[in-house]
Amino acid sequence: MKTHILVIGRNAEILQTVVRLVNNNDQWEATGATTDNDAINAFGTQPFKLVLLCNGIDPESEDTLRAAFKAVNPDVVIIQHYGGGSGLLAAEIYQALG
Amino acid sequence: MTQSVLHKAATRGHASHGWLNSYHSFSFGSYYNPERMHFGALRVLNDDTVEAGMGFGKHPHDNMEIISIPLEGDLEHKDSMNNVAVIKNGDIQAMSAGTGIYHSEYNKNREHRVKFLQIWLYPDKKNVEPRYDQISLNLEDRHNKLQQVLSPDPEDEGVWVHQNAWFHLGKFDKGVSTAYNIRAKGNGVYVFVLTGDVKVNDQVLNTRDGYGIWDTDKFTISAETDAEFLLMEVPMEF
Repeated sequence: MKTHILVIGRNAEILQTVVRLVNNNDQWEATGATTDNDAINAFGTQPFKLVLLCNGIDPESEDTLRAAFKAVNPDVVIIQHYGGGSGLLAAEIYQALG
Repeated sequence: MTQSVLHKAATRGHASHGWLNSYHSFSFGSYYNPERMHFGALRVLNDDTVEAGMGFGKHPHDNMEIISIPLEGDLEHKDSMNNVAVIKNGDIQAMSAGTGIYHSEYNKNREHRVKFLQIWLYPDKKNVEPRYDQISLNLEDRHNKLQQVLSPDPEDEGVWVHQNAWFHLGKFDKGVSTAYNIRAKGNGVYVFVLTGDVKVNDQVLNTRDGYGIWDTDKFTISAETDAEFLLMEVPMEF
């Protein structure tokens, strides 16, 4: 069974890259969102275990998103992804998922 | 009490892609070691060799301070801010990826490989405006003394980054020794030996070894042979 990962970032081109790189691992399935509304709506549709916060998310949005996700699934892991679809991505996910 | 961690060169992660041969001091790409995730704000230290005429195609970055230090050969940089530049041995390049940037790095020389260090620091603030900087250094300024090549201050020596970090390069003759005083409380220093053997306090290091030292105000570094090294002072909490 695949691990569902929600990826949120304001830069659509970088977001696509991150989603593609996550999906390169056949154990992971990524869904991308550029807006808070899209992210919150998507969160209700799939059993996301991990949320990656990417570029351009201001602190206010981050607080809103964290509260919304935790209200639906208190066990969801939410982390900052650094580097923009870089060589750090796999290690961040492995570490977050334990 | 002073704390330290030793990363022998042979214990680094390794990736060989034909055109790229890379040694990773910390987890990167397909190399994942939970014990080697970062040293404070220092997240990536890649020791890269790019074959002649090859390179990294256009790819994105965000929210990371990226420093390149060429050791041999020339590397062409192009980015989405319309910067086009060649960095060569003796130069240092710093890029704040911030809200997002695309760039490529190529070894345009058809005959000679390029070797360079790719270093990434976590930024001290997220989503900054992307920026790029590159300078040429005077190699004599590191002969038997420490040459500052990076700081957090645009007015200080070297390039600057969005992090409370200082980098120094040294090229010491055998027997030369100096003290390093840590600039900011709570910072540690990751020593990376480029060539030769050095001793940090009582710890002997060989070529391409890494050694992190923290919870101290200062340490001594001495050249056991003719040696070149890089000192990276970074916050341990960030």
